[in-house]
Amino acid sequence: MEGTAVRRRLTWQAATVTSLTRETASVVTIELDPPDWPGHRAGQHLDVRLTAEDGYIAERSYSIASAPGEPLAITVERLENGEVSPYLTQELRAGDELELRGPIGGYFVWGPGDRSPLLLLAGGSGVVPLRSILQDRSRTGSDAPARLLYSARTLADVIYRDELDRYHDGAEVIYTLTRAQPPGWTGHSGRVDAALLAQVAWPAGASPLAFVCGPTNFVEAVAAGLVDLGYPPERVKTERFGATGGR
Amino acid sequence: MDALDGNAIGGLLIDAFSTEMTAASSTCGTCGAIRPVAELVVYRQAPGTVVRCRTCGSVLMVFVTVRGVICADLTGLASLSQPEPA
Repeated sequence: MEGTAVRRRLTWQAATVTSLTRETASVVTIELDPPDWPGHRAGQHLDVRLTAEDGYIAERSYSIASAPGEPLAITVERLENGEVSPYLTQELRAGDELELRGPIGGYFVWGPGDRSPLLLLAGGSGVVPLRSILQDRSRTGSDAPARLLYSARTLADVIYRDELDRYHDGAEVIYTLTRAQPPGWTGHSGRVDAALLAQVAWPAGASPLAFVCGPTNFVEAVAAGLVDLGYPPERVKTERFGATGGR
Repeated sequence: MDALDGNAIGGLLIDAFSTEMTAASSTCGTCGAIRPVAELVVYRQAPGTVVRCRTCGSVLMVFVTVRGVICADLTGLASLSQPEPA
């Protein structure tokens, strides 16, 4: 870090909410315009802080949904009994201000300099940082082949579906629906298991790089499955959202 | 209580160490397991933040913020080292 970048303290700033987009019944993408944003890398997150009138402060981390160079955006899933996500997904309006700091994270990050075959594994809203990676790959013209295996409860719970269905530049998106499948569904059903992983994962001999993001039990099962397929643990990057799908 | 991982405390670690630490390598002082801080088990609902070894469960780091001052107990770690600059 020395010599190439000035060490920067993370400071809270009030970003203006420029737009909100409903992705699914419980998920909203919030586009933000912070006064001082140094740029970010695909896979990073930011912290959001809400202060109540009585001074009570709640802080949460949210993955950045936008790729580097796109307007900054986070995608938030409403959690029942959540302290922060109900406000962000139901009360927040364009023009409001939101206190945030970031970007944060140096481990769960991807850059176009890495040309290894990319294997992205998403459980539910774990797709958010992986969307940033896929979009960064596409925008930078990376020739790294990419596969996203996305496990969602139902088709209606799939976030970014229109966009994910449009990738044709060496990126494949494979869905598995765990709870219910629409009539005529020809995709996969049920949780990601060893057989599905073996079918979708790049062979370990191709030196792939895997990013796994989702609820803790999803991440544990998938990461262990990839190691069983011969992936070195250091080539399987993980991020856990906790048992309930939020952080 | 929900267990997260070290990615979730990237911001807190910048507050404490003034630099990105999720990619730093940690060595457990109890079992010797070596892994990136991002892969450690993190509990945030406690009065402070508790970081445990994913192999043996030992407490590696505890962070408590008192009147704006971060108090860090790192005695569970054998080592904590930043990766070489990219």
